[in-house]
Amino acid sequence: MSENPTLAVWKFASCDGCQLTLLNCEDELLALAERVEVAYFPEATGAVVSGPYDISLVEGSITTPADAERIQQVRAASGLLVTIGACATSGGIQALRNFADVSEFLSVVYAHPAYVATLDRSTPISAHVTVDVQLRGCPIDRHQLLEVLGALLQGRRPRIPTFSVCVECKQRGTTCVAVAHGTPCLGPVTQAGCGALCPSVDRGCYGCFGPSDTPNTASLAATLRAQGVPEDAVMRLFRTFNAGTEPFRLESTAHEPTTGANAAPRTEVTS
Amino acid sequence: MAGRRTLDLEGLQSLIDALRDRGYRVVGPTVRDDAVVLAEITTLQDLPGGIGDEQQPGHYRTRPRDDGALFGFATTVQSAKPVLFPANELLWRGTRSPSGFEVSRDVPDDAPVALFGIRGCDLAAVGIHDSVLVGRPAVDAHYARRRDRSLLIAVTCSTPAGTCFCASMGTGPRPGDGADLVLTELLDAEGHRFLIESESPAGADALAHLVTTPATAADQAAADEVVATATAHMGRRLRTDDLHDLLYASAESPRWSDVAERCLACTNCTMVCPTCFCTSVEDVSDLSGDIDERHRVWDSCFSLEYSRLHGGAVRTSTGARYRQWLTHKLAAWPDQFGMSGCVGCGRCLTWCPAGIDLTAEVAALREELAHRETSRTGPRPPSTDH
Repeated sequence: MSENPTLAVWKFASCDGCQLTLLNCEDELLALAERVEVAYFPEATGAVVSGPYDISLVEGSITTPADAERIQQVRAASGLLVTIGACATSGGIQALRNFADVSEFLSVVYAHPAYVATLDRSTPISAHVTVDVQLRGCPIDRHQLLEVLGALLQGRRPRIPTFSVCVECKQRGTTCVAVAHGTPCLGPVTQAGCGALCPSVDRGCYGCFGPSDTPNTASLAATLRAQGVPEDAVMRLFRTFNAGTEPFRLESTAHEPTTGANAAPRTEVTS
Repeated sequence: MAGRRTLDLEGLQSLIDALRDRGYRVVGPTVRDDAVVLAEITTLQDLPGGIGDEQQPGHYRTRPRDDGALFGFATTVQSAKPVLFPANELLWRGTRSPSGFEVSRDVPDDAPVALFGIRGCDLAAVGIHDSVLVGRPAVDAHYARRRDRSLLIAVTCSTPAGTCFCASMGTGPRPGDGADLVLTELLDAEGHRFLIESESPAGADALAHLVTTPATAADQAAADEVVATATAHMGRRLRTDDLHDLLYASAESPRWSDVAERCLACTNCTMVCPTCFCTSVEDVSDLSGDIDERHRVWDSCFSLEYSRLHGGAVRTSTGARYRQWLTHKLAAWPDQFGMSGCVGCGRCLTWCPAGIDLTAEVAALREELAHRETSRTGPRPPSTDH
């Protein structure tokens, strides 16, 4: 029996992309397997070692009553709990439901909505249980994942920067796509970690790592508006993978098309 | 110094060739992704021929020029900073061994660099880094080694941008001290040529091996005209005589809250500033913990973590961070190093996505201080003021 710490990987409402990031660490998987015992990871193996687990990686958000109960069990069975990805840390793209009426979605999508048990909000894991480390991103960055696992194994604090994506653009020598090309970019308010991937291929940042430590979304929105980005496009820029975070939620709501003085925030439902 | 000479385009190419023959990596301006950036160059074709730039706060575009100028832009996107003081530098590597651990120090073994076409503002910034990183008791060994082996070929700025104020800071448009060679691009009826002056023994040696002709009075007059025209076309001005006291007197100014509403705290200004030298030290280990690398990486006073001490970050508000940066740059820096921390390159204006203008903020602080002093003195009684 191994004396290595045990690792469990859990899935909630998510696409599995963050778990795949772990499997994509091909060059490091053998080294990792020498340091931890993979005790529960259905995406990778059918073998199950019963808990408790020293380290749990949790992917996905809480969207059903059953999952709201299950996360409590996962927490109870885990030593350190690490949330991985935008779903687990902010509610994910499925948090778009938070801006609408879920019962309307149900009636449009399902023939028998009564069989569907779902919550009216998609919430991050941290809204339900204590989280020890959060890893942002859609998906997470594999270097950050390895940094966290390495740090936990060595008993040190992980290096997870909270500054903006702009730092990474400058570090890698990418010319600012917003200033030089007029490309709408969320980089100035988005947390680093991806290595400034999108600007390096001449795209604006999509904000998939969520808000940076001091996100002045109102100033960025004003800049975007001054560059000619329409109001509804500003709303959509902030309303993607991390729409559930408070800074992005508030900024996107501030740019909703007004349909009346006291109109409830709604998104269009199309079949 | 040797007399002034002129160099034609063929001669300029032979200068690049000669530098490469001597083992230099020639780093100069070139166009990439619709911007003039610094990169390795090998021929004149790599230079931004016929390309100018348009710069305003928060705005940068290249634009075509019809005169074929090779140095017709104002500034490169980044200064020489990333070349001589890289964003991420390995300091040492530790390896666990049966008997303990071994440490190997990293020594940069990259080829010596010839910075080709460096502007007066950026040249002055290299001088500042020399003072800060080499001219103090704790020498930055990596920077010193790169700098010792580097050659600086400066070019007079002919077409400043809307964000430029080197004339206010006394760093341009004609490059000041510190260059090995200074070129001034001349485009007139006499043809496309360069006035070339050596300003160091290394520069004189390089010049002696080039085919040049003695500069005429007309060449010199043309070069003087380039400087005069550029000086007259500075996009921005900064009054400097009162900066030191103004910044300290403005510590509690309401202007910091005003700028904080616009400031994104994104760090761009500090990342593109040619003199900002703040770094953090990071330890990177592998999963086994057997190999550990210590890296020095650029950091910024605009990030929250930068000011983290025991118990939390000291500068939590964006206003406090902007005040820290501007006050250090324009007031504390002179106290600390005996020189201004700003060279007037204008990059912090151009590359600020929110378009915050350092010169406008200083002017606003000055106005606010004057207003405050007037209020303190109090208005004179109306009867005596008529």
